[in-house]
Order: sequence, then structure tokens, then C-alpha cells
Amino acid sequence: MRMDSITCTDLNLFYGDFHALKSVSVSIAPKRITSIIGPSGCGKSTLLRVFNRMNDLIPGVRITGDVSVLGRPLLDEDILKLRRTVGMVFQRPNPFPLNIFENIAYGMRIHGIGNRSQVEETVEKCLTGVGLWEDLKDKLKTGALSLSGEQQQRLCIARALATKPEILLMDEPCSALDPIATAHIEELMQDLRSEYTIVIVTHNMQQAARVSEDCGFMLLGELIEFGKTTQLFTAPRDERTEDYISGRYG
Amino acid sequence: MDRFISKLLFIAACSSIAILALIALFIFKEGVPIIIRSGLGHFLFGRIWSPLEGQFGILPFIIGSLWVTAGALILGVPLGVACAVFLAEFAPARLAAVLKPAIELLAGIPSVVYGFLGVMWLAPIIRVHLGGPGLSILAASCVLAIMILPTIVGVSIDAIHAVPRSYKEGSLALGATEWQTAWRVILPAARSGILAGVILGMGRAVGETMAVIMISGNATQIPHSILDSVRTLTANIAIEMGYAVGDHREALFATGIVLFFFIMALNTVALRVARRRF
Repeated sequence: MRMDSITCTDLNLFYGDFHALKSVSVSIAPKRITSIIGPSGCGKSTLLRVFNRMNDLIPGVRITGDVSVLGRPLLDEDILKLRRTVGMVFQRPNPFPLNIFENIAYGMRIHGIGNRSQVEETVEKCLTGVGLWEDLKDKLKTGALSLSGEQQQRLCIARALATKPEILLMDEPCSALDPIATAHIEELMQDLRSEYTIVIVTHNMQQAARVSEDCGFMLLGELIEFGKTTQLFTAPRDERTEDYISGRYG
Repeated sequence: MDRFISKLLFIAACSSIAILALIALFIFKEGVPIIIRSGLGHFLFGRIWSPLEGQFGILPFIIGSLWVTAGALILGVPLGVACAVFLAEFAPARLAAVLKPAIELLAGIPSVVYGFLGVMWLAPIIRVHLGGPGLSILAASCVLAIMILPTIVGVSIDAIHAVPRSYKEGSLALGATEWQTAWRVILPAARSGILAGVILGMGRAVGETMAVIMISGNATQIPHSILDSVRTLTANIAIEMGYAVGDHREALFATGIVLFFFIMALNTVALRVARRRF
């Protein structure tokens, strides 16, 4: 059994006085897709943003408990290195207002990795990896904002892959996309899962059931249940999980 | 009642346009004849301004305006943009709440006070340490740079605030520092707004008169270095209008026409740039 990618023990998070995550303990296995579901405001995005410390941007955030990422305590790791190892894809596609090439090259440029030919090679590899290379190889110099929503989200995934992360966090990556684009992104996730540990937050239960192997259900800041996705959806242990997946609230 | 008020507002709107039209008409009526008589080329590119001998070449003033404005931009733009980035992205909220109004206050200081400070303090420093008469392109550029700061800083801050937060998050999530994010993502995203601010500041620098008269020395010759005394288009009008008659008076109006086109062109460009999206 390999080391878990992410482990939290008794994690609590406060926004000022608001107790947003309550004693969350979870282990996320490597090279699998783990989904976190739950109603809006349950803390699932907050949990995700603990793993790459994006919550640090919000003033007044306080964390207690132990979190380790790839075997190292979260706070011991240099934050810039951490974010390079733990990539993130956001709810709304957010390509930079630069051209396609520069969007992908961005991560390498800021970390000062790779010479010119290595950057070019990585751009091609990442775009190929997300299935955009054939369509875009002749217009790498056009602005990324002229792409369609799906292409933009693929580009953002490629951008995150360019720094060679081990973990990919996806914060409702399909909620701004239409059903067909959503299906395409889900296929892409399946292609990526052999190489990356993927954690996806989604309010779409069908999506969690389709794409993930492990699944956690959160409610009001607590992780109610965590286990194999099939088991969680077919034989939930907790009554609240059952209520949620059978659509009684949420 | 509604119709009456909307008519009233319509008249008010028309009147401001009418005023602009009347000013333009008046300047053109007074200034165009001398341009026609001495020839547009002679007027714009003539090197000698000697009203008593009927020589009306304003090239030295055009060059003077360009030099002084360029100098103000070279000094003021980096300072102003850096200020804006700091205030919008890095400064703690409390510090920004003090600094931003302080910079805006710069716009409220009368230009004659800037000129006075320049004459009493800046010009002697330049004269002693760098040579020349002190009252020079360099002195005028320094003072103008400070005068255009509020415009550049204010417009740039707005442009930076208008950059979607998701760009910043995306960049930080890739492991970029705040500084890398500001330089590589936020500034490029805000560049059209910042450019509009720079052009507005440029308009202000071209049009500034009082401070420039006091500190630029006003020599009617083409300058050879930034330490030379120089006269701008605006200064030329203001200095000589008191005693100008006949052709001389018309030549000053013609100088006004040139300024008019200068400023119009700048404003048009500023509007175009500000509207551009990518």
C-alpha cells in the first residue's frame, strides 16, 4: 500500500468566528479520483482549498489539526512549492488574458524551469494531454479568451499540468459548462487518473458517481461519510447521507 | 411636466456642445488667416519666432511641448503605475485608505504653487548640480510628472480593480508569488485602462500652463539638451497674449489651433484605448 496523497486528522477551520470545517479526518489515496459532495455551503470547497492553502488569501482564517500532503506536514512545505505540486482547476474557466502558449508556459516561467525547447515541448505535451493540441497547434499565439468555455477549461487543466503536479484539485470544474462539454471533461479526468491524484468537489451527485472511486459526503462543515463511491451511493452507512443522495434535501 | 424637463435637459446638453463649437469657431476664425498667409509648413516648421519681424515659426514650441511632456511621462508613468499597483494589490487596506486620498490631494494643489516650488527649490538644485540655467526641460518635466500622478494613479487603480479576481487566484494557485502575479497577469490584463490613464495624464501635461511658464525658462529656441530653457505651446500663448496685436495676435490663436488638435487627438486615442477589450 502506497502512502496516501493527502491525510487530515481532526482538521478544524474557522473564518473569524464561523466554524467552517469541523473535525474533518480523511485520507485520500494516490492515483485515484476522489469526489467530495454535499449541499452548497457545506465546506467542500473550503476543504479543497486547505490542500493548496488557497484559504490563506482570506483574512481571518484559522486552522487547527494535522494535514499532510504527500507525506509532509502542510505548513512545513514552502507554499509556492506546495502549489506547484498541488494544481487547481476552478469552477469558472480562468485562462489568463495571454495567448494560448503563454497560458500553458506560465507555470514554468514563474518557477524558472525549462529552457525554450523544454517549454515548447511541455506546452505540446500538456495540450495533447487535454486533447487540444490538434485543434490549437496552429493558433498558439491567439488569445486564450477567444476559446469556447470547454476549451478554456481544458486549457486551464493543461496549465495546471504544466508544472508537473502530483495532485489535481478540481473545484466544481464543470458547473459552468454545458452537458456535452461536461461529458468531455469527465472523459479527460478518466484519462488523467492513472498519473494524478484527483480530488473533485461537485454538487452534482451523478457526476461524483460517474467519475470517482472514492467519495466523501459533507454537511454543515462535517465529513459525514467517506468510502468507496459505489458503497456510498448504494449502501450509505449514515442516515444523512442516504437522505442527501435520495434527494430529500440539498 | 416630464417632457418639459427632458426638453430642458436636452437644451442643457446642447448648450455645452454649442459652447465647444463656439470656442472652436472663434479660435479658427482668429487663427486660420495667419496660417494661410504664412503657409502651414512655415508656421508649423518655422524655426524662428520673431513677432516684431513678422516671423511666426512655432517649431521650437512644438518641440518644447513634446520634450516637456515626454519627460513628464518618463518620470511620472513608472512612478504612477508602481504606486497604483502597490495601492491596489499590496498595501494593507488601512494604509491604502490614507495614501489614496493623499495622492488625490495632489490634484487639488494650484499649479502656481507647483511652479513656485519648482522655481525656489528645484531649479536651483538643477543649476548647481547639473549646470545650465536651472529653469529647464528637466525642471518642468519633474514638476509635471508630479502633477500628472493623481490622474495616472487614480485611473490605473480603477483598471487594476477591474481585473477579475479569478486571474489572481489562478496565478497564485500555480505557485506564483504576489509580485509575479501582479507583473505577469494583472498588469497585462489592466493595460488598456492604464494606458488610458497615461494618455489622460499626457493631455494634462500638454495643457499645463502656469507651472510650466514659471519653471521652463521660456526661451524661444530649439533646445539641445534637457538642461536647456524651453517654451511650450501653452506658455507661448499665455506669455505674449497681453501685448500681442494684429498678425502677432492671430499667430497666438493659431498656436491655440495646434494645441486644440493635439489635445483632441490625445483624447480620441484615450477613449479608443479605454474601450478596447481583448
